[in-house]
Amino acid sequence: MTVHTPRDEQDASIVIREAADKGTLLNIAGNGTKAAMGRPNQTDASISSTAMSGITLYEPAELVISARAGTPVLEVMRVLAAKGQELPFEPMDYRSLLGTRGDPTIGAVAAMNISGPRRIMAGAARDSLIGVRFVNGRGEVVKSGGRVMKNVTGLDLVKLMAGSWGTLGFLTEVTFKVLPKQERMATLVIRGLDDNQAIEALSMALGSPFDVTGAAHIPDRDRRGGSTLIRLEGFRVSVDYRMNEMKRLMKRFRFMDILEGVGAEALWQSVRDATILTDQGNRAIWRVSTVPAKGPDVAAHVAQALDAQWFYDWGGGLVWISTPIEGDAGASALREATRTHGGHATLVRAPAEVRSTLDVFEPQSDAVMTLSRGIKASLDPAGILNPGRMYAGI
Amino acid sequence: MTIAFPKPDEAVLARRKEIVEGLGRLVAPEALIVSEDERRAFETDGLTSYRQMPLAVVLPSTTEEVSAIMRFCHANGVKVVPRGAGTSLCGGAIPQEDAIVLGVAKMNRVIDVSFENRTARVQSGITNLGISQAVAYEGFFYAPDPSSQLACTIAGNIAMNSGGAHCLKYGVTTNNLMGVTLVLLDGTVVEIGGDYLDAAGYDILGLVCGSEGQLGVVTEAVVRILRAAEGARPALFGFERVEDAGACVAAIIGAGIIPVALEYMDKPAIQICEAFAHAGYPLDVEAMLIVEVEGSDQEIDDMLRRIVAIAEPFRPKTMKVSQSEAESAAIWKGRKSAFGATGRVADYICMDGTIPTGQLPYVLNRIDEIVKSYGLGVANVFHAGDGNLHPLVMFNTNVPGEMEKAEKAGEDILKLCVEVGGCLTGEHGVGIEKRDLMTHQFNATDLEQQMRVRGVFDPGWLLNPAKVFPLEGRFAA
Repeated sequence: MTVHTPRDEQDASIVIREAADKGTLLNIAGNGTKAAMGRPNQTDASISSTAMSGITLYEPAELVISARAGTPVLEVMRVLAAKGQELPFEPMDYRSLLGTRGDPTIGAVAAMNISGPRRIMAGAARDSLIGVRFVNGRGEVVKSGGRVMKNVTGLDLVKLMAGSWGTLGFLTEVTFKVLPKQERMATLVIRGLDDNQAIEALSMALGSPFDVTGAAHIPDRDRRGGSTLIRLEGFRVSVDYRMNEMKRLMKRFRFMDILEGVGAEALWQSVRDATILTDQGNRAIWRVSTVPAKGPDVAAHVAQALDAQWFYDWGGGLVWISTPIEGDAGASALREATRTHGGHATLVRAPAEVRSTLDVFEPQSDAVMTLSRGIKASLDPAGILNPGRMYAGI
Repeated sequence: MTIAFPKPDEAVLARRKEIVEGLGRLVAPEALIVSEDERRAFETDGLTSYRQMPLAVVLPSTTEEVSAIMRFCHANGVKVVPRGAGTSLCGGAIPQEDAIVLGVAKMNRVIDVSFENRTARVQSGITNLGISQAVAYEGFFYAPDPSSQLACTIAGNIAMNSGGAHCLKYGVTTNNLMGVTLVLLDGTVVEIGGDYLDAAGYDILGLVCGSEGQLGVVTEAVVRILRAAEGARPALFGFERVEDAGACVAAIIGAGIIPVALEYMDKPAIQICEAFAHAGYPLDVEAMLIVEVEGSDQEIDDMLRRIVAIAEPFRPKTMKVSQSEAESAAIWKGRKSAFGATGRVADYICMDGTIPTGQLPYVLNRIDEIVKSYGLGVANVFHAGDGNLHPLVMFNTNVPGEMEKAEKAGEDILKLCVEVGGCLTGEHGVGIEKRDLMTHQFNATDLEQQMRVRGVFDPGWLLNPAKVFPLEGRFAA
């Protein structure tokens, strides 16, 4: 299969215009570290952003960074860290979960709207994404948004591009709002709570005035208890004060520790990257976004039908669930759980033959699908960009 | 009066009686406004220099009624101008003669609040402040706080993706919106998003937010509510030079501090607001910053100590930390009444461009030159942390030609914002006011792509059609 690696957006524009003329279906890629996600689709050629790399603008005092789409995420993070800043939404690294190597790109972070535990406080990738340049399915170079964080000029195509998995355009440059890296991070760990008690505790923490930036619960294997994590970040004086208040708020729970330093960072990384589930061999992995208080109901619903393992992030609003790979990989149980309790489930990891036979993303209402098809056609009338990667027909 | 409206559709005007009768079959008599006197209340919004009488005004009470009205208008080729409270500063809610106004103000109930999930579902005609008031008894609030929050509706906030003084920490509407019930032009009711984060599929919610009533009518919204901080305290810093104030802003952010608000006022704005609010603003400085921090007393003291230390090298002439609730309220009253207070001393138009904050001193000097070249005055108040400017260009309506001069000066200022890497509007929206300037920020391809996406929702240009996109170069999608 031909792999196009355009050097700039003009190059990309030529490749895509020609593909549109000939009806060549294009796989949209970076370094391919997440190629095994989404619906497997049949394409004729690939266009990759790997030859378009580098930071194009960084103004620490303005809290803004722009990079070409193929820039490694780690490079962006390194450049930010050198000035004491970071990407606010703490993007997940999928490599451990998917067993892939190579450099994940910043373009994919935007295209897949990839966020992590701090999403509950700082918003998702789409909330920090303030500008994009992309080539649409006509081969036209389009810009939306810009480099300033307050901008309501025209339709917000930035949001539309975020999370569209390359089906609406080939991103060439992305601009993010960034934030200062916090001076100190501390995590309150409560042990021995079952799922419902844990989510209740996390709700209390998130409903407090103490600016929680991480709220997760990892059940023990026997499900009789687990570790409930409440993360606070900020200046030292402030974290000290808020941690004391948080302990007071949680005083009815007896077993509490405070975790800081490298161990705490590793723990949050395992929550962020869902590696808590990866030691379970060849199992399917689902990601469910739901109403926080319903997280335990979703997990219980699935566990009733099959052998499931899970943990919670986002105060219960994000449930990572592993299921056996056999049959429909748990799809019917998951879909029934989201229909009953609300939210949506995405099949993050499963062999291609499984992903090609079922809905990877939550099925949409007819009205939303109609709009989605219209939106697809308005950006990619020939249907050549990553066709079918998210839903059949878009 | 330099902004043109599209020529009204004579055929629709001729069918006015029939259209009004048709609408009369869909809503209760008191929800349909037909008489000229009563329609007059809807002929403009916050951009009062422009007025157009609508064909009729409907004020439905339910999503079903909105759906029926939309279906009727779609079938009959009648244009629809959605309206919240009509506080738009860019003319976003100004009707046109061949359009009906569809106002959501009667739909103003809180439907459901969940403190444990930190969400509220509301009807879209509720005021911005109404949401905060409805959840205040548990210490919660709705974060985006436009100056008009007492009057403006969440429907209008969603249409314009409104911001406010505190969005440096909390974000703007799009960052606090989780779901909407959207009525499409053909009457279809669509649920987009919900009470969970990051809905599946395309981010249609993100597209709808800020779409200025061109894609559909929002009748319900799910918003994120937050527990308020334990306390907040502002401090004032007065500087003798604009450059010092600008450099101080950069230094605060450079030190890793994101205050909950970081507001800038120039000398004319300080004087106008002080005369109105008696906030204790320093009158002998060229520029003033209001820096507000949140948290417990202990955290606030720590943070303000840091900020004072950062400010000192810039030799502030005044440094004053609020000592009481009353002082804090007065400081904010001065800032939040800037538009109203200016209106007492002059007519003005309020611009809303955003610039990269590093360009602050240059842009402020240029604004001064631009406005002086038209023989007018300007007062500057703005959100310094994010570079969202609000130059108030002052003029006298009674002097012939002055308003046109003010409009011209405003245009030059917005072009300047784009030139230095910013944008035409940070939080007010494009409306009619900035519609014809869009080609300065976007090229033809950019605008065409936006119009193609718009066309998915409204191929025949019936929904708020006089707004956002220049009248020339439009096409039916």
